[in-house]
Amino acid sequence: MAVYNLNINGKVYKTDVAPDTPLLWVLRDHLGLLGTKYGCGMAMCGACTVHINGEATRTCILPVSSVSAAKITTIEGLSEKGDHPVQTAWNEVDVPQCGYCQAGQIMTAAAFLKSNPKPTTEEIETAMSNNLCRCGTYHRIREAVQLAATKMKQ
Amino acid sequence: MQKTDNSRRDFLKSAALAGGGFMLSFNWFGKEVLAADSAVAATTAAGDFAPNAYLSISPDGIVSIFSPNPEVGQGIKTAFPIIVAEELDVDWANVKVLQAPLDTKKFERQVAGGSGSIPHSWQRLRKAGATARQMLIEAAAKKWNVSAAECKTEKGYVIHITSNKRLSYGELATDAAQITPPTDVKLKDIKDFKLIGSTVKNVDNKPILTGQPLFGIDFYREGMLFSMIQRPPAFGLKLKSFDATAAKAMPGIVDVVSFKNKVAVVGKSTWEVKKAKDVLKIEWEKEGNLESTDDHNKLFKELLDSPKAEVRRKEGNVEEAFKNAAKIIESEYQCPFLPHNPMEPMNFFAHVREDGVELVGPTQTPANAQGQTAKLLNIAPEKVTVELTRMGGGFGRRLGTDYVLEAVEVSNLVKAPVKVIWTREDDMTGGSYRPAVRYRFRAALDKQGNMIGYTLRGVGINAGNPTRENNFPSGAVPNLLIDSVDHKSPITTGPWRAPITNFLAFAEQSFLDEVASAAGKDAVQFRLELLEKAKTAPAGPVRYDIDRMKAVIELAAEKSGWNKKRKGVSLGFSVYFSHASYVAQVGEVVMKKGKPVLQKIYAAVDCGVVINQSGARNQIIGGIVDGMGHAMYGNLTFSEGKPNQSNFNTFRLIKMNEIPAVDVHFVDNGIDPTGLGEPALPPTGGSIANAIFKATGKRLKNQPFIEQEEKLLEGIS
Repeated sequence: MAVYNLNINGKVYKTDVAPDTPLLWVLRDHLGLLGTKYGCGMAMCGACTVHINGEATRTCILPVSSVSAAKITTIEGLSEKGDHPVQTAWNEVDVPQCGYCQAGQIMTAAAFLKSNPKPTTEEIETAMSNNLCRCGTYHRIREAVQLAATKMKQ
Repeated sequence: MQKTDNSRRDFLKSAALAGGGFMLSFNWFGKEVLAADSAVAATTAAGDFAPNAYLSISPDGIVSIFSPNPEVGQGIKTAFPIIVAEELDVDWANVKVLQAPLDTKKFERQVAGGSGSIPHSWQRLRKAGATARQMLIEAAAKKWNVSAAECKTEKGYVIHITSNKRLSYGELATDAAQITPPTDVKLKDIKDFKLIGSTVKNVDNKPILTGQPLFGIDFYREGMLFSMIQRPPAFGLKLKSFDATAAKAMPGIVDVVSFKNKVAVVGKSTWEVKKAKDVLKIEWEKEGNLESTDDHNKLFKELLDSPKAEVRRKEGNVEEAFKNAAKIIESEYQCPFLPHNPMEPMNFFAHVREDGVELVGPTQTPANAQGQTAKLLNIAPEKVTVELTRMGGGFGRRLGTDYVLEAVEVSNLVKAPVKVIWTREDDMTGGSYRPAVRYRFRAALDKQGNMIGYTLRGVGINAGNPTRENNFPSGAVPNLLIDSVDHKSPITTGPWRAPITNFLAFAEQSFLDEVASAAGKDAVQFRLELLEKAKTAPAGPVRYDIDRMKAVIELAAEKSGWNKKRKGVSLGFSVYFSHASYVAQVGEVVMKKGKPVLQKIYAAVDCGVVINQSGARNQIIGGIVDGMGHAMYGNLTFSEGKPNQSNFNTFRLIKMNEIPAVDVHFVDNGIDPTGLGEPALPPTGGSIANAIFKATGKRLKNQPFIEQEEKLLEGIS
């Protein structure tokens, strides 16, 4: 066990866990940040995506020891009032069916749009294609990323 | 807590709440309406009167509507309250939607399955809203000393038409609670619907998009323990012995317990129990056949020729028809097992206490969870409470209760509140699969190209009846034989979104395409001719609505430009009736660099009245993406009873860059609505394969397509 002072969503969270504990389970079991989801445990589905120093990163295989000094943003901290342009676009397009994968989709999209504010459809597909949605909401996810891009321009 | 009782008198007494609110609970059978306060309603105890649903209006005008059915992504938590709110005539912005817990006395059919929630509850929900509205009108009329007939409602207000006096539902709440509930209320005319048929967003968007806890896996309680379970690694194995010494010595581990061929590690966090589970030393022994996919492939050939088959439907004289045929077409189609793979893996919380059991989690059948828990522990069902969480998908997997009962077993053994969590590998290798099936179709054509004979033999592995003997084209062919053979296997199967028809529809619609080609007929014309025969000269019972099926066929043909030749564009047709809805599809394929590319699917849907445009379209498109993804890529194979795929690195799910455009059209016929969770999926494989046949001359017969014709399909996107 080791003590970590994690910088998450602009706050410091102190936790005492085994160094190999994936960040995903630290967030969920130890810090009560439940928006980041478990889907596959091998970084194949993207449900557990957060931002590590601004980069979309999968947390289910990411040991907490490797992010002790990093700036971590989870879905809970993407915006203060849930009004990040990506979240607003997701609501306007009414993307979710079951909703389980959507936090990971949103975190992936938000990081992507930051690095590429004017993406083509193909670039969106390349960026988003490794986030799985079992309900098949891909059409709306793509539309919401496009809408978010326009919102961010304004 | 206020006491409730069935009597009208008691209703009058208890309806006015301490805070002056007006609360109604409804018997959706349509007879009695009774009041209860929210605490009573939410935690109805044995012996209480238990109506089927309830809504409440508080003095500040907020309308709370409880949605009783499990939300699995099908949108019921949005659709049900829309129906109540429409008849109640309130501003949707003032409606608060709450998930009701399991209450077998108050609600009927708290199930997410079979696309049955909407058709089952449509009238009940409307009556619930309309009854409340009528009581609010009467309360206002009494206050103004006018006749109720002189009043109307508008967005949460009762208005006296001539004087234009207005009172909000909130202002009327306390008085309305004193009104005797009408037994017979008039429902709105469909043409007056404002909310039903509009575009309404998912009521849980805010918590979903901001990462608030909603799902079963998000349920945490102080002092709760976590458990992961090692189950037999192959179907046909059972537990021989285990050594938990190393696991128990791991940090955070509280106990290792065993029940029913399973070994459960219990500890203080998910990661700790996962690591300990990985060091369990377990010996397994054989208790049944260890079957492989190769065995099944051989078996299918035998069963297709087996003289012992169960006859499902027989019309006319099939032998005679085939003897007299000018042409005979024969074809076989096969599909593999499929796991459900909801994105939220199986999990459940159970707390077995001396005085009862508390269950919380994702289940499509909460009443089964309650009943089977009671049976397992030999206690009364009333001792078991079930709180429903939002589900991260189900696709039929959460109709089963195996994972619920595991939580109960573990909690009972360790005497503590426990959440059982499955890893993705546990989930994918854990059974309850869509069964593998093979079909053999035969058709006899006369000289004019009329289908005079039709046979279907369906053989499956734990598939039960793999046919749907009364579906189209039954009723349209004078000589017909449908039968089946089932093989009992240790590999466990269960309902998978649109059970049986998720593959049968593809096989049947592909075969009808083959027959139409052989008869030299256009695919759409051929189907319409068959329907005409079912109408004018039905062969036995016809269990589908001929006109409704015809209407979706014609709509899909029109929207896709079926009769207009477009250079380089190949269209494929498919239509299917399942779960009371009708869906026709046209797949549109173009050739790029010698490969077929599926660029669009047109869908014409008849589900009667569309409740929510946004939710309905989401279901249709999602069903098509699901149908396409599994037809293209889904494959679960076995080696000696062990699944060869266990996570998304080896089991391929469809991705965003692989989807075609989807163009959805609804038939607007005002018929009472049916469900949409399943019906869009079945016709999908057929519309794709038939379009690919037209473009390439190659017929895809086995799923997944990608393994049948890898070279052909590389280019599909």
